Amino acid sequence: MPSQYVIHLAVMILFFAYLGAAWNILGGYAGQFSFGHAAFFGLGAYTSTLLHIHYGVSPWIGMALGGLAGVLLGLGSGFLSFRYGLRGPYFALVMLAFAEMLRLLFETWMSRSYPLGLPIPLKGTSLLDFQFRDKGHYFYIILVMLIAVTWLCHRLARSRVGAYWMAIRDNEEAAQALGIDAFAYKLLAMAISAFLTALGGTFYAQYFLTLEVNELFGVQISVEILLSAIIGGAGTVFGPLVGAVALQLLSEVTRVYVRAFSGFDLMVYGGVLILVIIFLPQGLLEGMRRPYRAMARALST
Amino acid sequence: MALLELAGVSRSFGGVRAVNALSFAVPEGEIVGLIGPNGSGKTTVFNLISGVFLPNQGTLTFAGASLIGRKPHEICRLGIGRTFQIVQPFNSLTVLENVRVGAFRTIGDPDRAAHEADAVLRLVGLSHKREALPPSLTIADRKRLELARALATRPRLLLLDEVMAGLRPAETLEMLELARRIHASGVTLLVIEHVMRAVMSLSHRILVLHHGEKLAEGTPQEVSRDPEVIRAYLGEEYRPA
Ligand SMILES: Nc1ncnc2c1ncn2[C@@H]1O[C@H](COP(=O)(O)OP(=O)(O)O)[C@@H](O)[C@H]1O
Ligand SMILES: [Mg+2]
Repeated sequence: MPSQYVIHLAVMILFFAYLGAAWNILGGYAGQFSFGHAAFFGLGAYTSTLLHIHYGVSPWIGMALGGLAGVLLGLGSGFLSFRYGLRGPYFALVMLAFAEMLRLLFETWMSRSYPLGLPIPLKGTSLLDFQFRDKGHYFYIILVMLIAVTWLCHRLARSRVGAYWMAIRDNEEAAQALGIDAFAYKLLAMAISAFLTALGGTFYAQYFLTLEVNELFGVQISVEILLSAIIGGAGTVFGPLVGAVALQLLSEVTRVYVRAFSGFDLMVYGGVLILVIIFLPQGLLEGMRRPYRAMARALST
Repeated sequence: MALLELAGVSRSFGGVRAVNALSFAVPEGEIVGLIGPNGSGKTTVFNLISGVFLPNQGTLTFAGASLIGRKPHEICRLGIGRTFQIVQPFNSLTVLENVRVGAFRTIGDPDRAAHEADAVLRLVGLSHKREALPPSLTIADRKRLELARALATRPRLLLLDEVMAGLRPAETLEMLELARRIHASGVTLLVIEHVMRAVMSLSHRILVLHHGEKLAEGTPQEVSRDPEVIRAYLGEEYRPA
């Protein structure tokens, strides 16, 4: 039996790989760099949890409803951003603003009823209530979620939809001249990405069983969501997984072994990130492929 | 009725009248050349036809349907393809994938779309570069890619914006030959060109723009003898034999 610590680490790796993959659909394939995916994440977590606490709705059903709430928010924020032609850093910042608005909204709302965070009533182990004492169950759930989203990305990337997203990412004017409704395809990417991210929010809620507004809607989670995709390789099927493995292990290693003074581990963590971004701007996956290509080229000549 | 008709079309940018009360028609099955000095409004005409800009005045109709207010992607779906004067490749996609994006307009299946893209690449002579990325291509190949991608959408009317500019003489001849082959396959062409001899030999009819207005229109022979055209534009560069 692996220890609960190892299982927890594995769950976190799969969890961030899943979120990175969800972000990757919008940010990697469609090229719309969202800096505010916490909005969908937090919305999913609070939708399922509040429905569960107040109306006794099973978190599984709440998860689906949270996903739909994410779709609505995604379509709303996407409509406003894309209708007004926001791109690149402007889009990123508007998404950040949406997440911050939701954070403040929920903070005001929650601080009255739940000043110490929103606790989910403990039920021990209950499949219907999406609660398990043994972390191993969460491992299998997030594993299935990750496999599903990876399969979806793989399918989409090879389809017309994926080709259209990448065309829009590379050159929106040229894409439109080839008959692509860029506005509609960006909204589609937004809706799928938001849906999947919101499902991740519910998983997080059921895993930690307590919700804190600043954690769920905070900038930090927005950054963590996109980092696995960026570090592993945005716009690739397995990039988010590679990125999540690297980042979670790096974060554990620095946390446990680098303790010269308080905060030093975070500095080392940040330093390694910067080096990766400078030297492997396409991500680790591309960095790992490069030696193979060089070898293949050397062999073929 | 002509395939494409512009009537009284004007468009200004700030104080600049880029296109002024312009009327012309492109009959189906013809090759029409659009020439004029730099800044005379040629590219703007393409941007008006392809829905990038709205005209301030005038009407544009394609196969009987008004183009006004339609988005660029809708205009492509009506059957108008275009290239960009400054090539706009999808730089992270291979040559084949670039062309496949165009083929996806009429073919939903990825493998069949790739098959179609391969056929177009053979036509334009880029098959040997199908796995290359656009930044590694020569200028001539980038222009071919630009053309192939538009052609893969299966347009009835293809707008070519200076696809021969910057090419060497041999490459220019190849591009001319290619344009003729595309035309022979049933595509109507509206061609902006700076290489005078090329466009004169290619086009059935020529339209000369000057300061956004139509200066002359007619067969290449008529236009090249027109004294106004010679004075305004052709004088230094082109002398009829
Ligand atoms: N998007 C634009 N904004 C402002 N001015 C423009 C724009 N597009 C074209 N123009 C102006 O319109 C005129 C015609 O340009 P253009 O159509 O590109 O000429 P050509 O293709 O014949 O060289 C030029 O004076 C140019 O500066
Ligand atoms: Mg021009």
